Amino acid sequence: MATLNVLILVCLGYVVLLFGVAFAADRMAAAGRGAWLRSPLIYTLSLSIYCTAWTFYGAVGNAARSGLEFVTIYLGPTLVMVSWWWGLRKLVRVGRSQRVTSIADLISARYGKSNTLAICVTILAVLGGTPYIALQLQSITLSFSIFAEADPSGLYREGSSVFWVAAGLAVFAILFGTRNLDANERHHGVVTAIALESVVKLFALLAVGVFVVWGVAGGIGPMMDRIDASEIGQWNVDAGRWTTFIFLSAAAFICLPRMFQVMVVENADEGHLRTAAWAFPLYLLLMSLFVVPIAVVGLDLLPEGSNPDLFVLTVPLSQGNDWLAMLSFIGGFSSATSMVIVTAMALSTMVSNHLVMPIWLSTQGGSGSVSGDVRHVVLVARRVSIAVIMGFGFFYYRLSGGGAALASIGLVAFAGISQILPALVGGLFWRGATRTGALVGLTVGFLLWIYTLLLPGMGGAIMPESILQNGPFGLGWVRPQALFGIEGMDPMVHSVMWSLSLNTLAFCTASLLSFPSPLERLQGAQFVNVFDHSVAPRGWSGSVAQSEDLMIMTQRILGAGPAQEFFQAEVEQQGGRTSLPEPTPAFLERLERELSGSVGAATAHAMIGQIVGGSSVSVEDLLAVADESAQMLEYSSQLEVKSAELSRTARQLREANTKLTQISAQKDSFLSQVSHELRTPMTSIRAFSEIMRDTEGLSGEEQTRYAAIIHDEALRLTRLLDDLLDLSVLESGQVSLNMGGDTLRSVLDRAVSSALAGTSQSLTVRRSKVSERIPLHTDLDRLGQVFINLISNAQKYCDAPEPELTISAHDVGGQIVIDFADNGSGIPPEAQSMVFEKFARVSGDKAGGAGLGLAICREIMQRLGGEISYLPGQGGAAFRVRLPLAYRQAAQ
Amino acid sequence: MSRKVLLIEDEPNIAEAIRFLLTREGWQVETHAEGSDALQVIQGANPDLVILDVMLPGKSGMEILRDLRELEDMQGLPVLMLTARGQSRDREMAENAGVSRFMTKPFSNAEVLTAVRDLHAQATRS
Repeated sequence: MATLNVLILVCLGYVVLLFGVAFAADRMAAAGRGAWLRSPLIYTLSLSIYCTAWTFYGAVGNAARSGLEFVTIYLGPTLVMVSWWWGLRKLVRVGRSQRVTSIADLISARYGKSNTLAICVTILAVLGGTPYIALQLQSITLSFSIFAEADPSGLYREGSSVFWVAAGLAVFAILFGTRNLDANERHHGVVTAIALESVVKLFALLAVGVFVVWGVAGGIGPMMDRIDASEIGQWNVDAGRWTTFIFLSAAAFICLPRMFQVMVVENADEGHLRTAAWAFPLYLLLMSLFVVPIAVVGLDLLPEGSNPDLFVLTVPLSQGNDWLAMLSFIGGFSSATSMVIVTAMALSTMVSNHLVMPIWLSTQGGSGSVSGDVRHVVLVARRVSIAVIMGFGFFYYRLSGGGAALASIGLVAFAGISQILPALVGGLFWRGATRTGALVGLTVGFLLWIYTLLLPGMGGAIMPESILQNGPFGLGWVRPQALFGIEGMDPMVHSVMWSLSLNTLAFCTASLLSFPSPLERLQGAQFVNVFDHSVAPRGWSGSVAQSEDLMIMTQRILGAGPAQEFFQAEVEQQGGRTSLPEPTPAFLERLERELSGSVGAATAHAMIGQIVGGSSVSVEDLLAVADESAQMLEYSSQLEVKSAELSRTARQLREANTKLTQISAQKDSFLSQVSHELRTPMTSIRAFSEIMRDTEGLSGEEQTRYAAIIHDEALRLTRLLDDLLDLSVLESGQVSLNMGGDTLRSVLDRAVSSALAGTSQSLTVRRSKVSERIPLHTDLDRLGQVFINLISNAQKYCDAPEPELTISAHDVGGQIVIDFADNGSGIPPEAQSMVFEKFARVSGDKAGGAGLGLAICREIMQRLGGEISYLPGQGGAAFRVRLPLAYRQAAQ
Repeated sequence: MSRKVLLIEDEPNIAEAIRFLLTREGWQVETHAEGSDALQVIQGANPDLVILDVMLPGKSGMEILRDLRELEDMQGLPVLMLTARGQSRDREMAENAGVSRFMTKPFSNAEVLTAVRDLHAQATRS
């Protein structure tokens, strides 16, 4: 028979072991070793903190009282794990991306970082958690008392033992839950310790179960017979209670502060949920495997009136198996301690962050800066909070007298904490959820829970029987257990139904009616679309391979030279030990900025993200990339238009340049010809004047001849200058026409006599004077100039022995046509196209003309609205002058 | 021994003035006013010196000079070129074509006589 003292020693030894494990795990984590500390297995085991002493002891008691109903407590979490793991994943992702420290923090963060909400949730959690802690204390006390009964000689004193247990657990929680202030609130030591405890409690329960089935009942067959014979084995399903309990346990699994602590806050890797999704239900299955056999055998073996909650202990004891009983005790102790420690940690975080710190900071108000000893204040606040919470539990236990059944206390707590569910789930999946909605819903649910479940359960001292029977102030429709006159329901089902449904209704209604603040909207989007915004946490491993890829990409965008320069500068900045820079976040940021200058911010971000692998390319990223591409396309099409314009301008410039070059060449050629035409007569004049000056003994004949040459050449010069000036005036278009009326005949008369005057050469001019009686209205002098030119050309160039010029005039189709044809050899065909150009003299021209006459004629005829052309194939040289009748008609 | 100069010039007055000047210097002066057959005339006349105008009907003085210098026995023939086109480009072209002396019209008689004397002196010395 094991003595109580041995048991106490074993307990102390076990606690020391837990200390050792927690301490070692913390040391290893701090040293960066022990990857197994963050393994999915540890995570799953830490989740089994769900199974508290209530499950360890209470499940059997529940089975003994209510049959298979205890299964609901396991079914809820199992359903959540199996069918709602994606929801949990979202919860974990949100928790990590927002760096939340508790469920109060999460709710507060979602609804615009509202501290009011955080305080509500904290109070709710403390109120719901306190009975639960009391429950654990009770289970430890009860289990001690079992051993105490068997060993009166022990040191056990019930009253003081509870206190010491509570104090001991507080110390453990303080030591390992508040050792350091980690930004992520991770406690490797505690998690490892509770994982160990999970193994211990499972092992203990399985051992008892195996003992009961094979040691007491005598095998599976006889055991099944016993179960069949017992009432417990009957499927006696109350649909309302089952549904309610499954739902409650599922809700509690998500909302319980300690569950949130291990599932979200302590989570090291989202992927662990995948393992937990099957491993945790398996754990629950093993935990529940022997509950019914133990209950059946306990009811059979033990005397009427034995507490079925303690069958796990009392059955081995009654069979004299003290060591098994002790193992079982350790299992229950494990369940209770792990729950208390984590709950105390989670609650203390909430209390210190949302109650104590805001108050402390406001008392420091005005000092402005928050000094370095905030850390110290936070730690003290947490430690005090743990002590206070444990004190609450202790006093609740003392007040309630430890009478209520374990299972019902647990369920009351579950119902309380479930009031967070609408705000939590709504916050995760509904962007329309608002702070007001959450606050109203929580308050409604919380108050209804207190009124319909918590207070009635505390006995007549707090809520008199009369209120339960007739309602407060005789208002029958608000009786706590029959709201709105709905009677006959199970109090638990009744309370959960009303509190949660009205909570949800209030939450939705108030959310729809209220308008969220910008911060709320932002946070709402961050929560609901957490998978779009956040990055799946993963081990960030910068490698040279990434740097190479980044280099290649950068070269493609910036070009080889600038890319290498940029990377080289980065290498030097990083100390210059490697050929390529380490892809540090700072470097990546600078690179992104550099690239965004070339390809746009969104594209740069997406490309770097793709290479570094740290982020997935979201739809928004792609849309932004598409926008940028569209802008670039737009820009390039604008460039195309511009470049088309440019090439058109360039072509025009080229054409203009060609024209200018031609004009310039024409001008050069003209000047050169003018120079020649001027210098030639001047040469003769100079030569002969020098001869006459320098030569003595010139004969009179010679003197006369040379003087005549000088005179002729001087005239030639004058003519040339006259022609040049005339041509220049005509070409510039500045000539003013001197219009007058006369007949063609008299104009020709004057021209012929003028052209032939003073020349010895004989040119016969043939005219048909009848046809020349055409009245003209034009610049008669200019027209006469053309005629004179043509007549004197014939006189000069006609090489016939008896030169003749025939002038004929016709009125053809509204035009006066006057032809001048001589009987000479004419102009050679190759020269015909050139005769109207300046200085175009037909080869062999020795007549001393400057070659401007016909050019002047062409200019004059253009001014007069007519034209002059050469008529080929007329035997001799033939020119045709056309004059429009418009001038003649105008004259009439 | 008589010296012969061939004057290729299409302006009759200028030709007459030069003929007058050079005849008095004791030159035998032959004149020709056509560009196209000037080369054959030069070869046939076998002059001691050629005075060549640039702007000639049929073939320019530049071309005549170029073709002349292509001929083997005409490398050393002194050629005095006259032009009325006052462009520096012409002088370069003439020098490239192998001109002995280049003069721009209007010239002074003394210049022409000096040039002719110089050219003849050089030719007889070499």
